[in-house]
Amino acid sequence: MSAALLEVRNVTMKFGGVTAIDNLSFKVPEGSTYGLIGPNGAGKTTIFNNITGNYIPTEGSIIFDGEDITGTRPNKVVAKGIARTFQNIRLFKSMSVLQNVLIGFHDQIHYNYFEAIFRLPRYHGYERRIKVEAMGILEEFGLAEYADNEATALSYGNQRKVEIARALATKPKLLLLDEPAAGMNPIETEDLSNIIRKIKEDYDLTVLLIEHDMKFVNAMCDTVTVLDYGEKIFEGRPADAIVDPKVVAAYLGDFTHA
Amino acid sequence: MKNAIIKMLLILLTLGIISWANQTLDSYTLSILNNIGIFAILALSYNLINGVTGQFSLEPNGFVAIGAYVTALFLIPAADKIDMFALVDPAPIVLEMQARFLPAIFAGGVAATLVALFLSFPVFRVRGDYLAIVTLGFGFIIRIFALNTPAYTNGAMGLNDIPANANFLWIGSLALFTLIVMLHIVYSKYGRAMKAVRDDEDAATAMGINTFKIKTVAFMTSAFFEGVGGGLLASFLTTITPDQFSFLLTFQLLIIIVLGGLGSMTGALVATVLVMGSMEWLRFLDEDMVLFGMHTGEHPGMRMVVFAILLIIMMLFARKGLFGDRELPEFIKAKLKRKDEV
Repeated sequence: MSAALLEVRNVTMKFGGVTAIDNLSFKVPEGSTYGLIGPNGAGKTTIFNNITGNYIPTEGSIIFDGEDITGTRPNKVVAKGIARTFQNIRLFKSMSVLQNVLIGFHDQIHYNYFEAIFRLPRYHGYERRIKVEAMGILEEFGLAEYADNEATALSYGNQRKVEIARALATKPKLLLLDEPAAGMNPIETEDLSNIIRKIKEDYDLTVLLIEHDMKFVNAMCDTVTVLDYGEKIFEGRPADAIVDPKVVAAYLGDFTHA
Repeated sequence: MKNAIIKMLLILLTLGIISWANQTLDSYTLSILNNIGIFAILALSYNLINGVTGQFSLEPNGFVAIGAYVTALFLIPAADKIDMFALVDPAPIVLEMQARFLPAIFAGGVAATLVALFLSFPVFRVRGDYLAIVTLGFGFIIRIFALNTPAYTNGAMGLNDIPANANFLWIGSLALFTLIVMLHIVYSKYGRAMKAVRDDEDAATAMGINTFKIKTVAFMTSAFFEGVGGGLLASFLTTITPDQFSFLLTFQLLIIIVLGGLGSMTGALVATVLVMGSMEWLRFLDEDMVLFGMHTGEHPGMRMVVFAILLIIMMLFARKGLFGDRELPEFIKAKLKRKDEV
């Protein structure tokens, strides 16, 4: 087994008196697709926010690529190689599909303010290059024909793809997907899994995803961790998770005391 | 390459027109044009922070005041200052401030930029409505400051006899320069980041954008050109008092950028011409008119009533302003495309 790209080590996250994450540890091996599942309110998105630096864990640490990144500011976390998508799609609504993806290149453009204002050669060089790269990413997602359309005018499934394309533009090593298949029909979900497999291959990605669609999780993930009330109740192959009594109890209620 | 040549030609053409206008037009028309030019600079720069970056701030009157006072102090000869300062003697540094026109204007801009830098730390800790209130407070503080430091500002009496170096050649060229700079910012990674902050600040952060830095850059740039506009205003009017820089100035700029479409630079420019121009060409409404054979009598201020009604009608039919958040060429392209589809 290859080394862990991301390690969540004894993380506890408290909001006042509420413990959203309780002493959670797991390791995401490099090159794997790792799933986080659990009922609503189990703390899945909270742990995403811990990893991306939106919330600083009350206790414990986040190790990424051998480096402790606990408490790193969200925009710096991106620079380290972690990109994310949001549970509710958050595209830049005044922009075209292409412009949305171009935002992802922000950190990779190294002309300064004055070079931009006076349109010096470096400006043109970078702008040309990232436009070509951005179109390349859009092509991979089959979105090239929509490049100049308003992002929010696209279908729901395509908006999801734009969001992933935008995250990919930041050149991440680890991609965090928060319910990528939510609200998609089976065909769109199938299409999405193919795309995720393809970009994983092409961009050497490790993927950590939150998902409720168990068929999708089964098809995509090598390993899953099941959360309930902020605690890990299961870790292992997805096929084993759905027959695990603790997992079943978390979703359907515990019948043993009934 | 072709675009660059067309751009160059357009710039030269505009400069030619400006210099022609400066030499041939009468002083009344020129004073209207000067007013439009100065307000164009102010509206364009205000649009950067308020429209493009989406930070609802209400401080431009403060920055305009800073620019106006600093430029004026640099322009007025030392001997005149001693005569002018009636309340208390001018501070030694005020007497030493001397510069030619362009450096004085530049100094006004730089002073406003520095204030913006310090201001950005408290200001960008808050978002939305709170930001509006904090920046509004700043505008008031600057005015109170100008009133109560007579050794620097001559208090409520203000500064008079400011050398009138600002002709239309200067004002027009600087307005053109401002427009070009603003458009270049909008169409760069900085402009994209500013728009990203406006659309969704958390998503912008998730793209690796340091939102505080981007907001501060927009704020400082905006402040620089507001300071420059203030300097030009001081030299154009030759007299400045603290009361000129009340909230009403900010309000006027806000009307302009909302009318032009928040985030649209060319929209701000067109709206400036409409708003500042109509203050003049609606003047006939104030005078005695003959309607259906009856004399209406003189009603000073009637044009403001009509102007307000026109503004309401315009906003009803163009909710997002004239051009939305598009620039003029994009706006025309979109309109033509729609016509094709129909």
